[in-house]
Parts: sequence; C-alpha cells; structure tokens
Amino acid sequence: MEKFEKSQEEYEDFGSEPQSRIIVVPGEVVFSGEDFLPGEGARREGNDIVASRYGLAEKIGRVVKIIPFSGAFIPRRNNVVIGRVSDIVHSGWIVDIDYASNGFLPLMESPRFVNKGEMDQFLAIGDVVAAKIWSVSPKSIDLAMKGKGLGKLEGGFIFRVNPSRVPRIIGREGSMINLIKENTGCNITIGQNGWIWVKGNDLDSELRARKSIEFIAEKVLVSGLTEKMEGWFTKNK
Amino acid sequence: MVFKRLDGRKLDEMRPITAKVGIIPNADGSAMFTFGKTVAIAAVYGPRMLHPQHMQSPQQAILRVNYDLLSFSVSDRKRPGPSRRSQEISKVTEWSLSPALDLKEFPNTVIDVQIYILQADASTRVAGINAASMALAQAGIPMRNLVCSVAIGKMDKELVVDVDKDEEDFEEGEGATDIPLAKLANTDHYTLLQLDGKIQPSLIPKALLLADKACVQIYEIQKKALKEVVTE
Amino acid sequence: MSSMGLSSLTYNTLLRMFAEGKRFDGRKLIEQRDFTVEYNVSNKAEGSARVRMGNTEVVVGVKLDVAAPYPDSLDKGNLMVSGDLLPLASPRFESGPPRFPAIELPRLIDRMVRESHIIDLKKLVIVEGEKVWTVMIDIYPINDDGALIDAASIGTIAALLETYIPKLNEGGRVNHDAKPTEKLPLEKDLIPLTFTFYKLGDSLIIDPTREEEEACDGKIVWGLSTSKGKDHVIHSCQKGLESSMTREDIEQMMQHLPKVYDDTLKKLKKFLK
Repeated sequence: MEKFEKSQEEYEDFGSEPQSRIIVVPGEVVFSGEDFLPGEGARREGNDIVASRYGLAEKIGRVVKIIPFSGAFIPRRNNVVIGRVSDIVHSGWIVDIDYASNGFLPLMESPRFVNKGEMDQFLAIGDVVAAKIWSVSPKSIDLAMKGKGLGKLEGGFIFRVNPSRVPRIIGREGSMINLIKENTGCNITIGQNGWIWVKGNDLDSELRARKSIEFIAEKVLVSGLTEKMEGWFTKNK
Repeated sequence: MVFKRLDGRKLDEMRPITAKVGIIPNADGSAMFTFGKTVAIAAVYGPRMLHPQHMQSPQQAILRVNYDLLSFSVSDRKRPGPSRRSQEISKVTEWSLSPALDLKEFPNTVIDVQIYILQADASTRVAGINAASMALAQAGIPMRNLVCSVAIGKMDKELVVDVDKDEEDFEEGEGATDIPLAKLANTDHYTLLQLDGKIQPSLIPKALLLADKACVQIYEIQKKALKEVVTE
Repeated sequence: MSSMGLSSLTYNTLLRMFAEGKRFDGRKLIEQRDFTVEYNVSNKAEGSARVRMGNTEVVVGVKLDVAAPYPDSLDKGNLMVSGDLLPLASPRFESGPPRFPAIELPRLIDRMVRESHIIDLKKLVIVEGEKVWTVMIDIYPINDDGALIDAASIGTIAALLETYIPKLNEGGRVNHDAKPTEKLPLEKDLIPLTFTFYKLGDSLIIDPTREEEEACDGKIVWGLSTSKGKDHVIHSCQKGLESSMTREDIEQMMQHLPKVYDDTLKKLKKFLK
C-alpha cells in the first residue's frame, strides 16, 4: 500500500520524478512494502519505510530517502566553508565555522611562507576566510586554503542562510547561482555551512544579490525556481 | 448519573488545541502548542558547541531542557528564576524527549530546548512537551518519532482527558488525580509518567488507553503544523 | 541559528554602508521599523502586550498585588520592573544568572516609567502606611533581532494602558475570580518611550537589527514623552558601551529625537484603544 498524498504543491525538481515526493515528519510511514530500501534519513520498521527526519521523502528506484528541510551542517571532506578566525595558536589558526567544533587551519596551509611572529599579519582574529575541509575528526575540522576562490575574504559582506538551503541556492549544476551572478555582476562564494560571501562593483548590486539569495532560501517547496528567479530579477532591477 | 465536567466537555474530550511551527526566527526550530488557555512555546538551539568542555559526552549529544513559567502566566506572579518545580519539570521533560532523538549522531555537542509557559491553565508540562517535539523536528534533529503528551485526570471516580485548572483543584469525593503522560507517537512506549492523587491500580491501563486515543489526535495536529509551515 | 562572532569584514562593510546612509533593509539611518502591538498575551496578567518590530518580538506583562509600602514612601504604591533575556530568544542568551544586558534592560524601562510619572503612585494607596498596590512589570524578549529596549518600551506602555486593577475580597487580598472594572490610573496623554541611538564609526542609527547592533560600539538610551501632547521632555538617559559620544553626536540626537518620537507615537496610536 503506497501512502502518499498527491498534494497541489509543486516540488523542486532535483532530477527525480516529481510525483514521488511528499512532506514527512519523523515516525511517519513513507512507503510500505518489502521492495523498498531505506536511504538517508529513513529506516525500515517491519513492512514499512519510516522517516527519521522532517523533510521531503524522495523515491529513486527502490531507495527512499528524506531530504531534510533544515538541520545542522554536517562537515564533509572537500566542502567549502566560510568562517571567522577566532584564535591564533602556535601551529595555526582556529576558525569558527559555525559548527559544534571549530575548524583548524595549520600554519603550513598558508599560501606563502609566514613565520610564527607574523601570523596575525596574514590572518588576524576577526578575519573571514573561505576554506576547504581537508579532514573531519571528532574534535576538529582541518582546513586547507590552497585553491581557486579560497583564502582571506576582503570587501563585500557575508551573511547566513540555513545550511540545508545551500543546494537550492547553487541549483542544478550551478544554474541558480550562475543566474544570480549574471544578474548582479557579483563575485559569490557559497559555504556549505550556510555562510555566503558577496562582492560586487557597488553596494546596490551586492544588496540585490543578498536579497535574491534570501528570497530563494525561503522558498522551500517551489518548483521551476530558476524561471521564477529570472522573473524576479526583471522585476527587481 | 452521568458525570459532568465543569466546562461541559465530554470525559474524553480535549480543549481546543492550536499548534504553530516556526514562531521564533532565531531558533533552529520553534513551535507553540496550546490546550485551551494553556499556552506553551518552545525553541531548540543545536546541536551546538557545549561549554565547558568537561560537560561534553564523546558518545552523544547532551540534551538540555529548560522549562519555566513566565512571571505573568499565573494568577499569583511567579518570581523570576528557576524554582524547584521548574527544575523537576525540566528534567522529566528531558527524559520524555530523549528516547525520540538519535543523540548519538552528534557527539560532543548540546541540543538546548527552551520551553516557556505564557499562560497557565494546568497541563503546562504536557503542552510544553508537544511544542518541544515539533520544535525538535523543525530543527532537523533526527528523530524516531514525534512525542505526544497529555494530562489524564481522575475527578472523584471518573477518568477524564486534558485536565484544566478548575479540574486540578477539584475536591469532591475522591478529589482530583493528575496523570501527565507522554509517548512516542504510534508506539507503546511511554516516556513521561507522573501521578498525583488517589487511584486504584486497575484504572491505570484505562488511563493509558485514554492517553493513547488523545495522542493520536495530537499527533495529527503536530504533523499538520509541521507540514503547513513549509507550504505557506 | 548562528552565534558566529562579529567579523572585521562585517564591521567594515557596515561602517562603509552607514557612512553612505545605507542599511541592508533599505531603511534610512534614523528610521524605525514598522511594528505591531497585540494585547492579552496572558489572561492571568492584569495587563499585557506583545510587540513585533521586524523580527524582534517582546512580550510585557503587568501584574498587581497588595503589599506593604516601602518605609520611605508610606503614601505611595510600589513599582517594580523586571525581566530577563530568555535563552529562547537568541543563540547568544544563556541560562543562569543574568548578565549585564539582562540587568540593564528592565532598569532602563523602570527609569522611563518612574521618571515620567505616568503612574501616579500616590493613587495606589489602599490603606495609608499599611497597604498599597504594587505594580510589577515583567519584560521578556521572545526573538531578538535588535532594539529590544525600544520594543520593550512600546510594549510596556501598551500593556500599562490596558491594565486593570484587580478587585479585592473581604480579607483585603486580590480576588482573581472577580472581573476587574477599574483601569490603572495613568497620567492622561502621557506616553513615555525610549529611543536608543547606536554609533558605529561616526554614524548614528536607531533601531538596529541584531546584525547591525553587534557591530556598534556606542549607544545612548533616551526616555522621553510629550508634555500635554506638545513639548518634548526627556525623562531618562544612559550612555552605554565602550565608545565615546561627541558633542556633535549628542546635538544631532537632540535634533532627531522629537521627530523620531512623533513618528513612533503616531504609529503606536493606531494600536491604542
């Protein structure tokens, strides 16, 4: 027995059949039947696949997983994150990445030679960096800053969105973020931890970029968002 | 003779319930739940860093619940600051919610649940648990189930569902017995069970059944509130 | 929600923006957000109000009880303003003993109320020297998106204007079951409010969002009202935070205050009964 509501809401098309998506709460039966397999955010209980998260249930083939509407950022290797330098120790910089444990940028990760006495000239407390997660361990997240778009961020501004909205802001193969960049002429770096950096030619285009991103972040369940945003940009010149 | 409740409700009838999710933008998850005139709000922050470090658990997230009444929520103003009563309720609330949560997913962190009562007309802790349950789900905490909670009462010899203040103060016959309960929705697992009053052991299973029925309705209301907030 | 500390980037951006007269939400530097006021937050309070200003939400409740007068004011009722920055309202507020901002907020509102004499405490005597009414105002933020003090002042006045004096029973104690009919005696046409100016660099703003407030390093809270609806009168003032205020800053604030007060009063009147 398949138990899902054919509701009138539109669903953001991430690439699977739209009609296989329903809103679920923890403990709710998503599908019944031996054939299905529980994916991320779901579990099997007897004959049922049950949600363990609040979000959108998605069925791809036999696998049922839940795309959460919200939730803490889970750091993974290669994630780009934006953080604030909160302390300097002899071996590197402690970076607050808005997560339950801090990020750590080792001294040797700086792109050029920095000796210990000059560490704060390279990165001082309060500076903002874009970095990549190199490794995740229970008490610390190691960061690396070698790479395009990474390093100390200067100019522009940073702001936060719910980390679970980051995929929508990026869009399929970057379609959404590219639309925003084109329409505002801004440089934008998106941290998987929900922090976003925007820098443009003038304050007004930077503000427009921020507004458009916050608008997208609010729209949890809307499909055709890319087209809708094209319309938004025409209206909000 | 049919027992009449003071406000005319049927024995198994709850007061009008309202539930709303997402009422506190700063929180990771938040909700309001009311039983008639009792209004509870809850906010969840976390999982987040826990200070001091020695309080952290390397095996799982710490669940920290703080329940309290606002000063003007009760007839005799309550002085600010946690009372023994609010500390006890905070602890049993923590125990009522933790079986629902997968705390092992977030070692070395804390999940803070803040519950406040804006207006008290009995059944405050159970309203708080219902609000907290929705707030935890909205915060994206992995959960086995929502937690549903209600106060079963006994007035003289009759069991009733959803006790209000007048019923709590009932003194005729065998007086009033107050049984706050909480359970994991759609299961046989009770996570809160307290009792004050005078009741024969044989009535306890019946009280549980009454709570089960009420919790089925509460679950539907919680589910609806969680689904509504994203479709608005 | 984030509790990441203020970054130099954000500080510099806001410094630059304010210097150009710009804010993230498009407001002018000296412009308050629109707000709404609702009543009856708690039916157990003798008066209560909820203020929503942007995403900032504050609830205020007023309770009255019979008590002995203070020894140095036997012919007056008592006034007490308390509150707490509930951890519910912000990732920055913690449980436990109140830190300075939680102590300061109710005291600022207390001075605004007391110094304006909106409540004539002499009218709150039941038996002189023995029994008087104590007015207890409790202020609780529910969501902090900046400007809690000013939102609290709006909520406090709104709640006081809708506060009723409880009936007493024969024993002289409050009878919670009897419906009150008499309102708290307040000075007519007197509406004190606070306006907090924040400073960043050389710029002054009012009603910051939390993001803006965290960057500011100077502030002054002014409590004022209009006497007989005409002349503006300042009742209270407190400078806070580390930065100094220049003579020019203070003179600028004196220029802004009357208009800012009038604009807010006009908006508030729509919610007064």
